[in-house]
Amino acid sequence: MKKEEIENRLHNIVKVYLPQDVNSKDIQPDSHLMQDLGINSAHLVDIALDVEDAFDITLDEKDMEEMQTVSDSVHIVLRKLES
Amino acid sequence: MLLDPFEKIIANLPYGDGFKFVDHILEMDDNHVIGVYRFRESEYFYKHHFLHNPVTPGVILIECMAQIGLACLGTYLNKDEKESLNFVFTESHVVFNSIVKPGTAVIVSARKEYFRFGKLKCVVKMIDENEQKIAEGWVSGMIITSE
Repeated sequence: MKKEEIENRLHNIVKVYLPQDVNSKDIQPDSHLMQDLGINSAHLVDIALDVEDAFDITLDEKDMEEMQTVSDSVHIVLRKLES
Repeated sequence: MLLDPFEKIIANLPYGDGFKFVDHILEMDDNHVIGVYRFRESEYFYKHHFLHNPVTPGVILIECMAQIGLACLGTYLNKDEKESLNFVFTESHVVFNSIVKPGTAVIVSARKEYFRFGKLKCVVKMIDENEQKIAEGWVSGMIITSE
């Protein structure tokens, strides 16, 4: 799977959980999910579970901790898909 | 006398008597819980909700479902944890079908959808003692590690 494809799918997953005052245009590779996009820790879990389903991968606690920005998430998915 | 494990969970919930909406747990395992609560005629909110027409507030019904589906089941799922855990209620989506008058016993059943990364999500349903559906939906909560 190409990186752009992963980015696209991630964008579509993340936008579902944005708070009302954040626009989906604000989702950039370097956006911090919690600090920049205002996603709370409960929705971060939903994003992780949706990512697991979308890419057929399993995330662990360590992956969750690493999943800080959008591009972190892309890298985690890439790494999981390659392994 | 020793309390049975379910009674012990209810006894240790962090709510005072005026805000504890669980009397008994009928069934509970890793995937589901069924609990009951009888809304006493003496509950303080009936004097105000509504004036001269006491009806259990919807938010209290949601709280009751969250206490059984999240607090009780969450405690059970974490029974092997040594440290004391704090739960927060994070989300709910509930549709109401009927009202609950004072004195009604409600039965709440909750089925775990997932418990991952400290977050518990359950599909919940509330019926009354005549098995009439009161509400259904889902609730979720998270463990907050105390610092």
